[in-house]
Amino acid sequence: MIVDPVTLMVALITVATPVLLAAIGELVVEKAGVLNLGVEGMMIMGAVCGFVVAHHSGSAALGFAAGMAGGAALAMLFAILTQLLMANQVASGLALTLFGLGLAALIGVGYGGLPLPTVYRPFPEALRDIPVAGPIVFSHSVLVYVALMLVAAVWVVLTRTRIGLVLRAVGENHDAAHALGYKVVRIRIAAILFGGACAGLGGAFLSVVRVQNWLEGMTAGAGWIALALVVFASWKPWRVLLGAWLFGGIAALQLRLQAAEVGVPVALLDASPYLITIIVLVIISSDRSRAALSAPAMLGRIFHTSG
Amino acid sequence: MIALEKRPQPARGWVIGAPLLAVVLTMIAGGIMFAALGKDPVGAIRIIFWDPLFSEQFSGYSRPQLLVKAGPLILIAIGLSLGFRAGIWNIGAEGQYIVGAICGAAFGLAFWPSTHPLIFPGMVLAGLLGGVLWAMIPALLRVYARTNEILVSLLLVYVAEAMLASAATGWLRNPDGAGFPGSRNLARHAGTDNPELIAGTGMHWGVLAAFVAVIAAYVIMTRHVLGYQIRLAGQAPRAARFGGVNAGRLVILCMGVSGALAGMAGLFEVSGPAGRISIDFNVGYGFTAIIVAFLGRLNPIGILLAGLLLALTFIGGELAQLMLGIPAPAIQAFQGMLLFFLLALDVLANYRVKLKRRVAA
Repeated sequence: MIVDPVTLMVALITVATPVLLAAIGELVVEKAGVLNLGVEGMMIMGAVCGFVVAHHSGSAALGFAAGMAGGAALAMLFAILTQLLMANQVASGLALTLFGLGLAALIGVGYGGLPLPTVYRPFPEALRDIPVAGPIVFSHSVLVYVALMLVAAVWVVLTRTRIGLVLRAVGENHDAAHALGYKVVRIRIAAILFGGACAGLGGAFLSVVRVQNWLEGMTAGAGWIALALVVFASWKPWRVLLGAWLFGGIAALQLRLQAAEVGVPVALLDASPYLITIIVLVIISSDRSRAALSAPAMLGRIFHTSG
Repeated sequence: MIALEKRPQPARGWVIGAPLLAVVLTMIAGGIMFAALGKDPVGAIRIIFWDPLFSEQFSGYSRPQLLVKAGPLILIAIGLSLGFRAGIWNIGAEGQYIVGAICGAAFGLAFWPSTHPLIFPGMVLAGLLGGVLWAMIPALLRVYARTNEILVSLLLVYVAEAMLASAATGWLRNPDGAGFPGSRNLARHAGTDNPELIAGTGMHWGVLAAFVAVIAAYVIMTRHVLGYQIRLAGQAPRAARFGGVNAGRLVILCMGVSGALAGMAGLFEVSGPAGRISIDFNVGYGFTAIIVAFLGRLNPIGILLAGLLLALTFIGGELAQLMLGIPAPAIQAFQGMLLFFLLALDVLANYRVKLKRRVAA
């Protein structure tokens, strides 16, 4: 057998986690009616801030916190531009990505290959040694479980709480929400910052846990795949998890097929996660009823009161 | 408290003033960034914006580079600006640029070592078609499957990069290159080269194409019904639909034109300044062109000027790297900053800033 299913499952969950974190954050942002295309930029900022701080402090937890702060700081720029200065969200998001890639590369000069602290794993050795279930369920670092809990938390908050209701109201009809007395701009800024922190945490996971190194441009489109996952998921948290695992599965599988030299061209394997993301997007969007109904109605629209 | 009042029309003065002020603010913020890197901020800004053009030591090399670098930026940005005006977001020009370069180079290499005069025109055509082909994927998917063209065009950049890697290390690799990656040198072979047309100016066929594109875009946007349809579709999509504008046709047309121009830019680069297909011959012009398009206000003349300015930051950036040891990514951050300031200042063009007392709601 060229690919071992157990290690593939373990790799799938690891590969999926950064994208999952970024996508669940972006889902909240889009539910509030804001389209932030800067996920790639926020992720790479999180990756570099997480790596630098984890290296100097010797604490992975501090690295994760720094990754969140880096992503949120960049998101704050986006919030100022789009919410206070009413700039176009598509252009601002692109600016965020271009600036983030440059700034992260600048911060990271000279950090490639430096050592990192080990990451805490919550489950004891005995559980990890159970055949099959041990490695798949219990062997991961703490952030993998945090990401799963975050998906559940976002689902509960969006569908079962008052905060979630207000957030969705802002995303579906900001004028009505404003008329009811909700602070549209403040709620959106909070959502954007949450999205930035999630993307940053995803980036920090990528550099500190998965790759355990800093490489320029190491996110390699993960932020854009996270954006595609939100559409794929029809803005539903559990489907984001499904999409992230699908993507993680393909990415992990293609790496193994490359190592096994199965005769499929390497370029095709390299491109396969992106190609399959596109194919899945096409299938989801061509279903007219579903795509049109689930997108937040105010997505990408500028809110401005003259009153 | 400060309040913003929407202007009925964008303020004329600020439409032109905002990019200029954005450049000044970027210089200040960039200076702070360089100071934080421990470099002399004033010296760094002078090396980036002044020395490439006016210093006796460097201008001999740098001045021709201005057109060499501005050519692809302007060519790509002109194509993007048509779509951006119509609300069609092709942000994968980098991918179309790569595929155009691969197709054009493959055409030239297929006839190697012939020096027939029709080979170069054929390469340009192949590059153009390659770019169109790559741009048609997001365009047709948007029209027929309602798939978001932003995501598809961007994701295809990574697919194009994988193709480039396989071309450079495999099917386009120089057979006499001792197994090293990279194709034969197209620029040093009569028949496939894109030469400097006027010695010492940096002017090559791609720069000429960029100038032609500027003029053509200006005529289309101001004089042709297509320009009217593009502006209408961007500003009032519903009105455009009632006015008989075929939205799908517009998407295919705008994406096709931007793909064609990006593909040609790729071919001109690979047969001229870059010289050959290599894994990393592309230096991100497709992404920087997005900044050029916005900084030029999606206006052909504006794009011409913005392209020259961003070309200057590329050249000045290389010089600053050489002279002051400023890391290369600093320039990318610098260019991103420029777009930030521009977008922020746009508020002044679209809104009137008013001071008024807060009243109880």
